[in-house]
Amino acid sequence: MAGRVIAIRAWPGIGAAAFVAALILGTLLAVALRAEAGRGLGPSEWAALRFTVSQALWSAGLSVLLAVPVARALARRRFIGRRLFISLLGVPFILPVIVAVLGLLAVFGRSGIVNSALRWAELPEISIYGFHGVVLAHVFFNLPLATRLILQGWQQVPAERFRLAAQLGFGSKDMWRIIEAPMLRRVVPQSFAVIFALCISSFAVALTLGGGPKATTVELAIYQAFRFDFDLGRAALLSCLQLVMVGAAALLALKLSDRDGFGAGLDRPVLRWDADTAPKVALDTCVILCAAVFLLVPLSLVVLDGIAGLAQLPRQVWQAAWVSVLVSLASTGIMVALALPIAIASSSRHRWLEAVALLGIAASPLVIGTGLFLIIYPIANPFSVAFPVTALVNAVMALPFALRMLIGPVRDVVQDYGRLSGSLDIKGWAWMRLVLLPRVRGALGFSCGLTAALSMGDLGVIALFADPERATLPLQMYRLMGSYRMEAASGAALLLLCLSFGLFWAFDRGGRGHAEA
Amino acid sequence: MLRLENVLMRQGDFTLGGDLTVPAGARVAVIGPSGAGKSTLLSLIAGFLPASQGRVFWEDKDITMASPGKRPIAMLFQDNNLFPHLTVFQNVGLGIRPNLKLDPSQHALVVDALKRVGLAGFEDRKPAALSGGQQSRVALARVLVQRRPLVLLDEPFAALGPALKAEMLDLVAELLAETGAGMLMVSHDPEDARRIADQTILVAEGVAHPLVATADLLENPPQALKDYLG
Repeated sequence: MAGRVIAIRAWPGIGAAAFVAALILGTLLAVALRAEAGRGLGPSEWAALRFTVSQALWSAGLSVLLAVPVARALARRRFIGRRLFISLLGVPFILPVIVAVLGLLAVFGRSGIVNSALRWAELPEISIYGFHGVVLAHVFFNLPLATRLILQGWQQVPAERFRLAAQLGFGSKDMWRIIEAPMLRRVVPQSFAVIFALCISSFAVALTLGGGPKATTVELAIYQAFRFDFDLGRAALLSCLQLVMVGAAALLALKLSDRDGFGAGLDRPVLRWDADTAPKVALDTCVILCAAVFLLVPLSLVVLDGIAGLAQLPRQVWQAAWVSVLVSLASTGIMVALALPIAIASSSRHRWLEAVALLGIAASPLVIGTGLFLIIYPIANPFSVAFPVTALVNAVMALPFALRMLIGPVRDVVQDYGRLSGSLDIKGWAWMRLVLLPRVRGALGFSCGLTAALSMGDLGVIALFADPERATLPLQMYRLMGSYRMEAASGAALLLLCLSFGLFWAFDRGGRGHAEA
Repeated sequence: MLRLENVLMRQGDFTLGGDLTVPAGARVAVIGPSGAGKSTLLSLIAGFLPASQGRVFWEDKDITMASPGKRPIAMLFQDNNLFPHLTVFQNVGLGIRPNLKLDPSQHALVVDALKRVGLAGFEDRKPAALSGGQQSRVALARVLVQRRPLVLLDEPFAALGPALKAEMLDLVAELLAETGAGMLMVSHDPEDARRIADQTILVAEGVAHPLVATADLLENPPQALKDYLG
């Protein structure tokens, strides 16, 4: 009804969307023009492709498989700390990859607790490097995500159905056959596809735990072609390959996914009458404890080791931390400048603008980075713009998530208050200041927090562009690990962890302050 | 004076035509079966819906294409008449300047308007801290400071109980008498029309009929209105 009344013009949104599209497609074009199509895929490219796909299949498969019992336990149990545990499952999303890797090394690495125990028992040691290390790290990150997605499936089953089942005297098998299996058949493929798409474009995990001809993802191969051989043609060829893969995986995931994947209401346990037998309680307790140990021990070790390392931080680390905070804030600013106008424009007549989020999901940061490098190279020294490029790419990578969170609330404001604003002639900046921003503050704060944390912990484009004098905190930490200065690296990890979570908390808090009706 | 000249509005299967004049200062009820287009008529006059054909005039000025905020109209909707995150003072102040940059005399206008509707001292409250009747009074205070010659009411008091609604309608009548503004009021209840509107527009079967005296209409209702009133 309010179609004709728009308090704010659509062109900034269309402009922002066009900018994002131009950045993603323009860099793609720059890469494609440079790729030597005639050369085709050599054996090392094929190996990277095979490794990428197989590790993603394993990572997604294991994550989902392990997530089903955890989600079921969470769905049917109430216990103290349940809400906290479910919030904890959201943590890996803003946890810097390199920090998690350090935590996993502290558990499964050469001098980690598992190998120490094996040595003590005089058993052969295990190595975390290579295929299984990459899969392990991916499961660490994605098991929580899969659990949340599947838990959501459980909670979307109407309570009446469980009541009816109890009334009809369903046993475990009936319950499984009639209620749980059909739900899982719908939810599991979705979760699998989402995680598969995430693992396909994995870079930092492969960089730290993979490497070598047997354990290189395509994304990592782009970086190596670029940094080690400066073979732009090969980097471009790999970028094209990556783009096809990520695009296909993202399309698959979107096709399978519901529109509101990140829905709320996870803190309501499902009321059930069939699950209170002692063996089931024991099983669920055990499952939840195992998941908690798997997630919490590496993180706790990061904190413990880090406290000791903080004292030994070299000056470069503090410098890098400062740079990272600035890059992260710039990223957040760019994200807001892109996401708000797009959300506003797409809330009235230009719904199609949402599609730009799809582009962002299908894009790979290293491909954009490679493209930007190719474009900047003839004009200026690409290394001198390492930080602005990193801020920009991080903002674009966070854009799909931000849009997903902002479009709903912005649309509500336009629908609920569009006519009132129109009749009072509130428009432009006054509308932004008096009507929109106060009402979307929560969603905006949350998406800013997410963007800031993602950017803070990102180890991607910066690895491509940085020279020895320039580094963000994650890169500096990676360098410390590379030179086996593990104590300093641990201190840097703790610092990075605090900064990432601190930024997220500060923005999210700012969005929630003075909660209003 | 508001004039609709052969206005026709089409939306899918729905059509609403109207060719009528509302004299300045008239108090008019808009009644008719639900779904006939009472709210649509108001949206069209307020500029929220475009006319498919025909023209809308205020005095002698063509306002067919004017945006809602540029029309000589203040409007109250069924709901969402106040911004819940703004204070009572701010909500009323928006009626004077949409960017809320008020000078001292405008500031005083807001305070006076709130006093007039019986809400002196409520300036710093948020709408959530007010009762339904008080929220309606805030909206009316804003209508007061808007000083527009025509007020459109799209059942803003529908959620209030009968006594409170009558109280609000009486307040509206008083305010209109003070400002001399005209009014179009959508209503389901013929009693509302009798209470404050001496003229009525009947909207039925796709047509907004010209004004007739409310008393005559309710005593000798045409068939369409008879069916509706039961």
